[in-house]
Amino acid sequence: MSSRKFVGVETEYGIAVDGPSPVNPVLASSMVVGAYRAAGQEDVRWDHTDESPQRDARSGVVPAPGEPMIDDELGLANTVLTNGARFYVDHAHPEYATPECANARDLVVWDRAGELILADAAERAAASLPAGSRVLIHKNNTDGKGAAYGTHENYLLPRSVPFGRLTRQLLPFFVSRPLYTGAGRIGSELDRGVGFQLTQRADFFEVEVGLETTLKRPLMNTRDEPHADPNRYRRLHVINGDANLCEVATFLKVGTMLLLLDAIEDDALSAVPVLAEPVAAFHAVSHDLTGRVDLPLEAGGSITPLALQRWYLDAVLRYVKDRDQALEPVEEEVLTRWEAVLDTAEEDPRHLAGQVDWATKLELLEGYRQRHGLGWDSDRVKMVDLQYHDVRPDRGLYHRLAARGRVERLVDNAEVAAAVHSPPEDTRAWFRGECIRRFRSQVVAAGWDALVLDTGRDNLQRVPMMEPGRGTRAQVGGLLDAVDDVAALLDRLRG
Amino acid sequence: MSDGGQSQRRSGEQSPDAAVEQTPVEGEDARARDVVDDVDELLDEIDDVLEENAEEFVRGYVQKGGQ
Repeated sequence: MSSRKFVGVETEYGIAVDGPSPVNPVLASSMVVGAYRAAGQEDVRWDHTDESPQRDARSGVVPAPGEPMIDDELGLANTVLTNGARFYVDHAHPEYATPECANARDLVVWDRAGELILADAAERAAASLPAGSRVLIHKNNTDGKGAAYGTHENYLLPRSVPFGRLTRQLLPFFVSRPLYTGAGRIGSELDRGVGFQLTQRADFFEVEVGLETTLKRPLMNTRDEPHADPNRYRRLHVINGDANLCEVATFLKVGTMLLLLDAIEDDALSAVPVLAEPVAAFHAVSHDLTGRVDLPLEAGGSITPLALQRWYLDAVLRYVKDRDQALEPVEEEVLTRWEAVLDTAEEDPRHLAGQVDWATKLELLEGYRQRHGLGWDSDRVKMVDLQYHDVRPDRGLYHRLAARGRVERLVDNAEVAAAVHSPPEDTRAWFRGECIRRFRSQVVAAGWDALVLDTGRDNLQRVPMMEPGRGTRAQVGGLLDAVDDVAALLDRLRG
Repeated sequence: MSDGGQSQRRSGEQSPDAAVEQTPVEGEDARARDVVDDVDELLDEIDDVLEENAEEFVRGYVQKGGQ
C-alpha cells in the first residue's frame, strides 16, 4: 500500500525590463518580488533553518537540521504568501514555488495562481521604474541563446524507497514524457539542423545522475532535502521538465508521476526497459516531432518514446487494478487523459495542439511562417515563440489562444483567482498560509517545515511542521478560529 | 470550456460501439474548422499583439542561466 504523496512545483520565470534605462536582472527580479505586497505590509521572511540543498541522496547520510543557507545574504526579496507559496529571487529570476498540493488538479490551480501573481507583481514593479519602463515576465525555460532556467517538480516519498530503484525505473520515463510535457522551442543548442524541438530544457542536460542543477545538469537529480521529517521522507527533486502553460500538460506532468511513484514505491514495476544512453535519448526525443525515433536499448534493439510511454501506462494500469486502494477521481482522470494523449500522439503528435504546449505553439508558429513566408531563423517567428510564454492575459499568445477556446482548460478562472490568496486546505500549506493571513505581524519567518512566531512576551517561538499532511483545515481550522493571536495559538498547541 | 481539438480524440479505443465514434464526423469537421478559425483569428491580429520592434526585442532577450 503506497503512502500519501504531496507535490509542489518551483518555476524560475524569465524577466526582461524594457525602458529608457537598463536594469540588471537580479535587481529587477527583486523589485518584482518586493512589489508584490500590500502598502505598509511587511514581508514574512523565509526561514532557512532546515535547508541543506547540498545533501546527496546517494551518500546515505541522514540530513541533520541547522545548516544555514546562502541566498538571503544579498538582501534579495524572499517571502511567503498567504496561499502558502514561496516567492523569491533565485539566480537572477523571480521564482514562484507552489504550496504543497495533495493531487495533480490542485497543483494546476496553484501553479496557474503563480502566473497571476507574476503578472500582477511585474505591473507593480514597473510603476516604480522610470516612466516608459515595462517589466515583462515569461513562463519559459530558455532564452534561446544558451541560458536555461528551471521548473522543478518535487514529490514527497517515504525514505524507504531505494534511490537506485527510483533512478532505474524513472530514467526511461523522463526521456519519453516530453511528448506531453514539452513546452517547445525554436532551434537547438546541440544541432543546427533542428528547426523546432519538443522541449525547452532537453539540450541543457548532460549527465544521467547528479547533484548539480546549474551545470552538468542531470536527468535524475540527487538533492536530498525533504523539507519534512528526514527519517521518514525523501524529496524527489525532478529538474528535467519544462514550465507548462497548458493545464492538461501540467496536470499530466505531475499526475503521471504521482501514480508512477506509487507503483515504484510498491515495487510493482518489473523489467523496465533500460536505455543504452538516456541522455542522448532525451536529446533525440526532443529533436523528433513524430514520437517514433528509435532509442537504443541496453539489451540490444530499440524502442520509441511512444512505446515507452505505452509501456509505463500499461504497467500503471495493471498496478492500480491489482492494488488494494481505490482510485481517487483525480487519478482516474489522469489515467484517462494519459491514455487519450498517447492515442492522439499515435495518430500524429501534432494533433495534441490545444492540449500540450509544444504542439499548440508549433501550430501557431507554422501558421505564422506560412502566412509570411518566413523560416525558423526569422526574428519575428522567434518573437512569436517567446511571446507564447508572456504571462500577461492580454498579450501572452498562449492566453490569447486560451481566450478563444483553442486550448483545453481544466480549472476555472475563479478557482485560480482564489488560489492567489488562499492555500490548499488539505496540506500543511493551510496552516502556513492562514497563520500569515491572520497574524501577519506576528509571523517573523516561515519555511516549508516551520513557522517562527513572535508572541511579544518571550523569545521567538519556532513551530516545526515536519509532516506535510498535518496542519490541514480539517485539523487546525477550529483551533485557528478560536484564537486571536499567536500567543493564544501557541498556548493551545502546547495544550 | 473548449472543444479545442480534444473531444474528438478521446477514448476512441474504449468504445464497444464503433458507430458512436463514426457518427460525429460532421461535428469533427465543424470542430476542425473552429480550431483553424481560432488560430487564424489570432494570426490575423498577431502583428498588433506582438511586441513593437519584435526583431530588436527578441535579439535583446538574454537571460542569466538559472537552475
